[in-house]
Amino acid sequence: MIAAYRPGTSIVHRLPAGAKIVGLAMAGTFLFFVANVASLVVCLLAVLALYPLAGLSLRDALATLRPLFVILVILVLAHAWLNGWEVASGSGLRLAALVLFAGIVTLTSSASAMMGAIETGLSPLGRLGVDVEKISLALSLALRFIPMIAAVGAEVREAQRARGLDTSLVALAVPLIVRTLKMGEEIADAIDARGFGTTRKDGPDRST
Amino acid sequence: MTTRDIVYIALFAAFTAALAVFPPLVLPVIGVPITAQSMGAMIAGSVLGAKRGGAALALFVALVAAGLPLLPGGRGGMAVIAGPGGGFILSWILAAYVTGLICERLWSNLNWLKAFAASVTGGIVVLYVFGVAWISMVTGLSYFEAAASSLGFIPGDLIKAGIAATVAVTVRKSYPLIEAPRRA
Repeated sequence: MIAAYRPGTSIVHRLPAGAKIVGLAMAGTFLFFVANVASLVVCLLAVLALYPLAGLSLRDALATLRPLFVILVILVLAHAWLNGWEVASGSGLRLAALVLFAGIVTLTSSASAMMGAIETGLSPLGRLGVDVEKISLALSLALRFIPMIAAVGAEVREAQRARGLDTSLVALAVPLIVRTLKMGEEIADAIDARGFGTTRKDGPDRST
Repeated sequence: MTTRDIVYIALFAAFTAALAVFPPLVLPVIGVPITAQSMGAMIAGSVLGAKRGGAALALFVALVAAGLPLLPGGRGGMAVIAGPGGGFILSWILAAYVTGLICERLWSNLNWLKAFAASVTGGIVVLYVFGVAWISMVTGLSYFEAAASSLGFIPGDLIKAGIAATVAVTVRKSYPLIEAPRRA
């Protein structure tokens, strides 16, 4: 599984998550300007070298690439057939390097560090009238809601199985959505009752 | 945005995540397994409207990018977004927004056909235009070659748009959340 974060103390782990995301964006852009196959091999080896540097094995690198393997093979064969082997190997190498680089960002940064980086990245928007506090609230609420909705979904499925409807997506989705919307109303009232947002000069949000 | 809007946005981000664990439909003729998750954008847009629907999917994409395993098969993280399918994931934000925009315009007399058209426009047309462009950019295939590689998923997406339309119309009856445009 790609998503797993591996805790560690390597130099790559200690880099701020925001720096790693910016690095990924820059590396991604850079890779698209490299056309030469030999240079792309060097790029791929450089990315691979980051894995031991982060205290990860080459097996982790392979695990990152595994979900992509079939697509990579198809892509290289299609390119070879349509555009020749040079383009084929180039685009295969580029894609592999890009995904491996992205994989190392995820493997070495915890989800909370990544979300912190996203919030920090959005904070300049505060001056444009975007309420960053509300974005943080939405992020933490969504994390709490995922297991809650999965639990409600299981209940709904049980109830619909009793009616013989458990294979119908509509019969599962509609009650699930209506129940979660009702819960959402109660949760919003509870958050307002606890004074969320009252530190702002315009006072609590009473517009509902 | 009120606190209630924030809660709805978070709920639909979580709902989209929950769709990943619904059993995948398998198309009888083609045999391509299709996951329910891409319905998240269609449903969020047509239940919450453009702004809140788009925000819900943006929140979902942020959680995936942060490395949470919320995509089908427990996938997630930057590697998935950087891969060929990443464009579709990022385009869910715009897909939900466009679906919501059309539903808002047609809200006062929304029926199944109109909701279906909204989901097809936002969740299929807009989604594929950008999703295919991303495949083409990441893989170096031409736009048409990239489009050919994803055509097999369109029948499944049409079924999903149909389901999303039924859900949207049913939820609108019992729990309407979009306001009809003032001048209509």
